[in-house]
Amino acid sequence: MINAPSTDELKDIHHKMVVTRELEEVLGTYAKEGKTRGPIHRCDGQEAVGVAACAALRADDYVCTTHRGHHVYVGKGLTTRGIVAEIFGRETGYCKGRGGHMLLGDVKTGMLGGNAIVGAGIPAATGMALSMQILKQDRVSMVVFGDGAAQTGICHEAMNMAGLWKLPVIFVLENNQYGLTVRQEVQSPVEDLSIRAAGYAMPGEIVDGNDAEAVYRAVAAAAERARRGDGPTLIEAKTYRVKGFSTSDMGGYQSEEEMAPWLDRDPIKLSAEKLSALVGADTVAAIEAAARAEVAQAFEVALSDPFPTFEIHAPSAAYSETK
Amino acid sequence: MTVMRYAEALNAALREEMQRDPSVFLFGEDIGRYGGVFKVSKGLRDEFGDARVRDTPISEQALTAMAVTAAMSGTRPVLEIMYADFLPLSLDALINQASVFTYLWEGQVDIPFVLRTQGGGGVGTGAQHAKSLDAMVCHIPGIKVVAPATPADAKGLLKSAIRDRQPVVFLEHKLLYNTRGEVPDGDEVLVPIGKAKTVVEGKHVSIFASSKMVIEAENAAKLLAKDGIEAEVIDLRTLRPLDLDAIRGSIAKTNHAVVVNEGWTFCGYASELSATIMEHCFDDLDAPVARVAMPDMAIPYSEPLEMAVLPNAVKIAAAAKKALA
Repeated sequence: MINAPSTDELKDIHHKMVVTRELEEVLGTYAKEGKTRGPIHRCDGQEAVGVAACAALRADDYVCTTHRGHHVYVGKGLTTRGIVAEIFGRETGYCKGRGGHMLLGDVKTGMLGGNAIVGAGIPAATGMALSMQILKQDRVSMVVFGDGAAQTGICHEAMNMAGLWKLPVIFVLENNQYGLTVRQEVQSPVEDLSIRAAGYAMPGEIVDGNDAEAVYRAVAAAAERARRGDGPTLIEAKTYRVKGFSTSDMGGYQSEEEMAPWLDRDPIKLSAEKLSALVGADTVAAIEAAARAEVAQAFEVALSDPFPTFEIHAPSAAYSETK
Repeated sequence: MTVMRYAEALNAALREEMQRDPSVFLFGEDIGRYGGVFKVSKGLRDEFGDARVRDTPISEQALTAMAVTAAMSGTRPVLEIMYADFLPLSLDALINQASVFTYLWEGQVDIPFVLRTQGGGGVGTGAQHAKSLDAMVCHIPGIKVVAPATPADAKGLLKSAIRDRQPVVFLEHKLLYNTRGEVPDGDEVLVPIGKAKTVVEGKHVSIFASSKMVIEAENAAKLLAKDGIEAEVIDLRTLRPLDLDAIRGSIAKTNHAVVVNEGWTFCGYASELSATIMEHCFDDLDAPVARVAMPDMAIPYSEPLEMAVLPNAVKIAAAAKKALA
């Protein structure tokens, strides 16, 4: 099948989805015990979007994401230990504790950042694509953003320019049904946000965001288009935010009836079923066990890592006031 | 030396830097086919093509955000925001993106872009097209801000700004574009960011100004000279980072300071200058620092009203006299 992931890729995707889920669950436990700092925005139930979308890119492609981007961090190949260390503010974290869980960035893996200004990733990826076009590179940039971000003014501005100039950017709209605590239909007059693509002369398609393979195929096709010089694509991945806005969300607005069908179609469960048919249940169980062990090990190591000291993190060259 | 208009000097800087470095590109409203509202990019589209001299939709918010990440990923964008009054649309990208990631990601990325814009009043463009919002951009750590007054400094500073590793906001003035001055010949004549220049020497009072206010300060010095007062005029050229040595040196000599800025008074750039001088030069001061800035109000349209609110040579001279009284 065109643009389908290989079995090895499916195994890697499954591994990374389980790593992400385990990361979220352990973080949830720590948050409940009051051992995390600031809010944590969990992406439980959305792992297929970030992980499979990144899997369809090359290592030298750029991606940026939101405040809810752990699946993108893991998907683009960041180490679990480095992520956990950053979330716990350690010197060994990707940003040595300066960024935190929302503002993590790692240039080596092409992960140019989580971003906690809703919508900011959209022009960010568009700007990277502009650079790639001017430098005549065959790389692409991708942004994973939410239905909430789709309502910002910069979303319109950036998509208009991306379509106008045929920039090599992939817009992955992770429609998890909620912006903050407000349902999507209270924020937008249209149910399928992908129809907006027509206004920017780019293809718009809807994929099942809980189906990793579907996400992979759509992004792989979009990346091919972008590298050919045919411009951007808007992919709306329908999914569901299972764990509320953040660890400080007191809930009460997502009903069990609303959630049940989504829990039933858990992306990791779907992926395990598909993968079992290909490689057998034992192999899938081994992948999952390895993923959980990786996360446990990451927490163990990262939580013994040293905290940064302010002296070496005082305003540096970035804030140079020298002449 | 070649005599050039300020706009021509900027144009020469852009052309030379684009020839020197293929990763430099220009984008903004009206800058391509039309050559820019103030003709700063005249002829550049023909020379470099419309990929590198790119007309854009009216989308300042996304354009500024895109300049930040284009700069992170291998190019050196020069974005033109047509009026400084539109800077509030750029502020999210400057404050929440441009100023944070070099620090947060510990030097993994440089963000070498220039945001060119022009402000200032005096020609009836009204409250939304005549402001000087220097203070708003100078407030942001990690962003350099320059505001040249002469064609030579316009050229030399723009070249430095384009080659800088950090974001630079480049403030021009609509009434300076047609001013003429001698510009040194040569592609490698740069004016360093962060260096002020003494344009009039004096021993009684120091007047600190930038952009068009330097001309007003020079005229104020002439007025003061008639009364036997020798004013020193310092052209700051760079608003951030400040050339503290130049400020200290001048005040050590004159013991009196007048700070001038065309922006609003309250929490304005003149206020910051004043506080900085108090902090660093208190022992050298014989009188409080005097501020000359815009009253805290919208700029009115009608000529006598607009002229009444803008800082000028007469107001600067009066402030100097008061400081010396």
